[in-house]
Amino acid sequence: MTSAVPAKAFEQASFEPSPRAGRRMRLRGIGLPIYTTLALLFLLIPIAYTFVFSFNDSGKLNIAWQGFTFDKWLTVCNTQGLCEAFGNSILVGVIATVLATALGTLIAIALVRYRFRFRSSISLLLFLPMATPEVVLGAGLAAQFLTLGTEKGLLTIILAHTMFCISFVVVTVKARVASLDPALEEAGRDLCGSPSQVFWRITFPLLLPGIAAAALLSFALSFDDFIITNFNSGSVDTFPKFIYIAAARGIPAQVNVIASAVFLLAIVIVVVAQVSRTARAKRLARQLG
Amino acid sequence: MAFTAFSSQAVVEQAPRKRSFVALVLLVPGILYLLLFFLAPLISLVITSFQQPVLDGDIGEYTTGFQWQNYTDAVGEYLPLILRAFGFALIATVLALVISYPIAYFIGVKARRWPLLQSLMLTLVIAPFFISFLLRTLAWKQIMSDEGPIVVFLKSIAVLPSDGHLTGTTFSVIFGLTYNFIPFMTLPLYATLERLDLRYIEAGADLYASPWTTFRKVTIPLTMPGIVSGTLLTFIPAAGDYINASRDFLGSSSTAMVGNAIEANFLVLQNYPIAAALSIVLMAVILIIVGVYVRRAGTEDLI
Amino acid sequence: MASLSTASFAEKGADLELVGITKRFPGVTAIESLDLTIPAGSFFALLGPSGCGKTTTLRLVAGLEEATAGRILIGGKDVTSTKPFQRPVNTVFQSYALFPHMTILENVAFGLRRRKIGDPVAKAHEALRLVELDHLASRRPAQLSGGQQQRVALARAIVNRPALLLLDEPLGALDLKLRRQMQLELKTIQTEVGLTFLHVTHDQEEAMTMADTVAVMNKGRIEQMGAPEELYELPRTAFVANFLGQSNLFTGPVTSSTADAITVDVGGVPIVVPRTRAKRHAGEIAIGVRPEKVTLLTSAPAPQAGRNVLGPGRVTDVSFSGVSTQYLVMVPGIGELVVFAQNMVFGPVVHVGAEVWVSWNADHGFGLDDEPGDLPRFAPDASTESIAIQRRVALEEELEQA
Repeated sequence: MTSAVPAKAFEQASFEPSPRAGRRMRLRGIGLPIYTTLALLFLLIPIAYTFVFSFNDSGKLNIAWQGFTFDKWLTVCNTQGLCEAFGNSILVGVIATVLATALGTLIAIALVRYRFRFRSSISLLLFLPMATPEVVLGAGLAAQFLTLGTEKGLLTIILAHTMFCISFVVVTVKARVASLDPALEEAGRDLCGSPSQVFWRITFPLLLPGIAAAALLSFALSFDDFIITNFNSGSVDTFPKFIYIAAARGIPAQVNVIASAVFLLAIVIVVVAQVSRTARAKRLARQLG
Repeated sequence: MAFTAFSSQAVVEQAPRKRSFVALVLLVPGILYLLLFFLAPLISLVITSFQQPVLDGDIGEYTTGFQWQNYTDAVGEYLPLILRAFGFALIATVLALVISYPIAYFIGVKARRWPLLQSLMLTLVIAPFFISFLLRTLAWKQIMSDEGPIVVFLKSIAVLPSDGHLTGTTFSVIFGLTYNFIPFMTLPLYATLERLDLRYIEAGADLYASPWTTFRKVTIPLTMPGIVSGTLLTFIPAAGDYINASRDFLGSSSTAMVGNAIEANFLVLQNYPIAAALSIVLMAVILIIVGVYVRRAGTEDLI
Repeated sequence: MASLSTASFAEKGADLELVGITKRFPGVTAIESLDLTIPAGSFFALLGPSGCGKTTTLRLVAGLEEATAGRILIGGKDVTSTKPFQRPVNTVFQSYALFPHMTILENVAFGLRRRKIGDPVAKAHEALRLVELDHLASRRPAQLSGGQQQRVALARAIVNRPALLLLDEPLGALDLKLRRQMQLELKTIQTEVGLTFLHVTHDQEEAMTMADTVAVMNKGRIEQMGAPEELYELPRTAFVANFLGQSNLFTGPVTSSTADAITVDVGGVPIVVPRTRAKRHAGEIAIGVRPEKVTLLTSAPAPQAGRNVLGPGRVTDVSFSGVSTQYLVMVPGIGELVVFAQNMVFGPVVHVGAEVWVSWNADHGFGLDDEPGDLPRFAPDASTESIAIQRRVALEEELEQA
């Protein structure tokens, strides 16, 4: 017993629970779920607003509530240039996604699986586009097109979108490649032989979830991009650019219709994917258990 | 590490194979693309930022030069906008972090027992991504408009003077920035919190740390990678944003940020050198901030 | 272990008392009204298979779970409703749970700092010296081996001089050799520091080597509690008899009873058990004998007072395990017996198929407290092979019926 403070003494002092502590803990127990619910509802407010106002029986301006109508959903393309802008967004999104996913996936595989010179410079080159504000990316490309005298249009938009999507594809697919067990490919080399067969039969299917996620992310980024597009689109409109221009005079309700439809479609895709994944996990657990 | 925090998959240790020409084949197309459409544009931006106007030329006609003055002009004229951009971005980032951390904590830690609820809530977090950024911001503009319910209510309880507005103010711009970047903050936070080993929290409690102390001393340091990527994913785009601060959206001329100046100079005034100089300044400041921040947060492995 | 450095840690531990503890999780009852008293300064082991409620008991004591009913007292003080950080208890976690973002030294000093104890760094160094790891104080946990991490976890707990130290299978992740070494070290530290240790494990050998008192837990209840030798010599239930080592168990009615012994009729053979070693003395009872107490004979022995004999039977399996050889003997009308024979000579004494008799000193038998109706006539075989065979038999029967 050489210690200065007898253990019992400070136990008495410091372990005395305050009677309030228990009640506070219980409050915290329900506080967090309530907060999260409210925060998630808050996130949904503008979405709900957009959706509700897609049914507004408004004139040219869609600001005050005028009454319920389905008309806007049926006359989407009556608004001058809206459907064309939307079509451009889809076209740009698809092409940029395909290009960025292909280029980014190759880089991701190389980064994880191979040793090469200038590794850190390449990593930096991949990181920088994500650390650069869009306005700088947009202005840079625009300055380049200006210097080269390139006519701005769909092509320049696609080139720009592909550029900023590549890094995100690399990050997403890289995580998937890194989680792959190389033994699977070694086993594949044992069993099927040629490198291309191993890639298409083993590596690619295993990477597919990562590649699909990267492609979806690319499409979403491209579809929603306005800032970079604004600098490089010339006279061509995309859906966000249409909104930006229309915002000065007032947004027609048909814009809300398209946005709501895209939103619903995306939610359905995500929910179906998640539910089927959960179901698959459950089935697997049952089979193993 | 900062951005890889998005992935929640386990990493299988794999020794990179020998140097090979396959690597070259895989790398060249993508890297070449980035050199052509990312690095070269940055260089043209630098070149443009030093250009000088053509004597007796049209508006928007410039020639290669070495005009340092563009930088002093740009900073001199737009210093308030630059400071405002970083100030707004900083406030919005802190707010988004404070708002998002409990959300991410609840989804990633408390809801672990219910995977379906977890994925439902995650879907709700990313739901704003599925509707145009511009429309979301416009919706807030309408909701906060002078005739909107919020302003009417605030005026009725005299929080807002009868001639007061919500839109076009510093408040509304910071509000819009915060709102728009909450998902960017929440996702990486979720990704690290979801992997947080709760046994460390139990160990903290076992070692006499109160829940709050455990949170500060254990949970926060262990989720630092998520905090770093979330704050970067919010701060960088927020500093360059010009939608929220734009007059047609949540801002007014008194809330303009540096992004607005770049857009106006490039696309409207065709004053390319000034726009380019501002872009370079913006990017340089961001890179310095990010570098210092990442080093201090102790996660240098960026990608 | 340097005894000099332990001096300043020498504090007496406190009693732990569990009164009517019940813990229910949604759909399962993990612990059913458990009463348990652990005297101060003892090394107490809770032994049981996974899912028996032993870890839940430990977590309840640590405050990491809340009891559905009952009270927990530490040193006579009711701590039932207090939070873990308010309890004078520390845990050595199975996963060690060393904070990965802190150095070893900061890990060990963590608890001291939280309680604002003076000079936490010096005390942490002292605790690290106790576990002989002070030279690694500035490392991170990830840079240490499993055994080193285990010792740091121990230092981190012990430095706080808790009234009660909880050990949650802390040696489970170590390999056999390291585990043996750590068992001895833990025991030494406990003796030197004099704290109350509550050790949870599924390893019977670990529990028996280290603990003063072992409680065998099964399905949320304590089956039997006592000194290791006592539990092994006189198991009171079939579960204890088979979880703590192996046993040959038989059931039968008591046919005669004297002041010293009772005789049980096992498949027509009289088996004698000392009265003091049997819990029940009349009616249908279960008795047993440890395999190493049984001798294998190749010819029928002459009847001898004080020895029980079964046979003839046939050897169905012989497996050599170094120190001893295990024989399975099938005795018609009785069942299969396990016999351990020390390997005093080269090779097995008998081969599969040989006709043998088994015999043991009547003083070595024991009588169980179980209802004989509850337990299988013989030791249940839970090896994967036998489960597979049982499944196949069941499947074949099902197919025949279809």
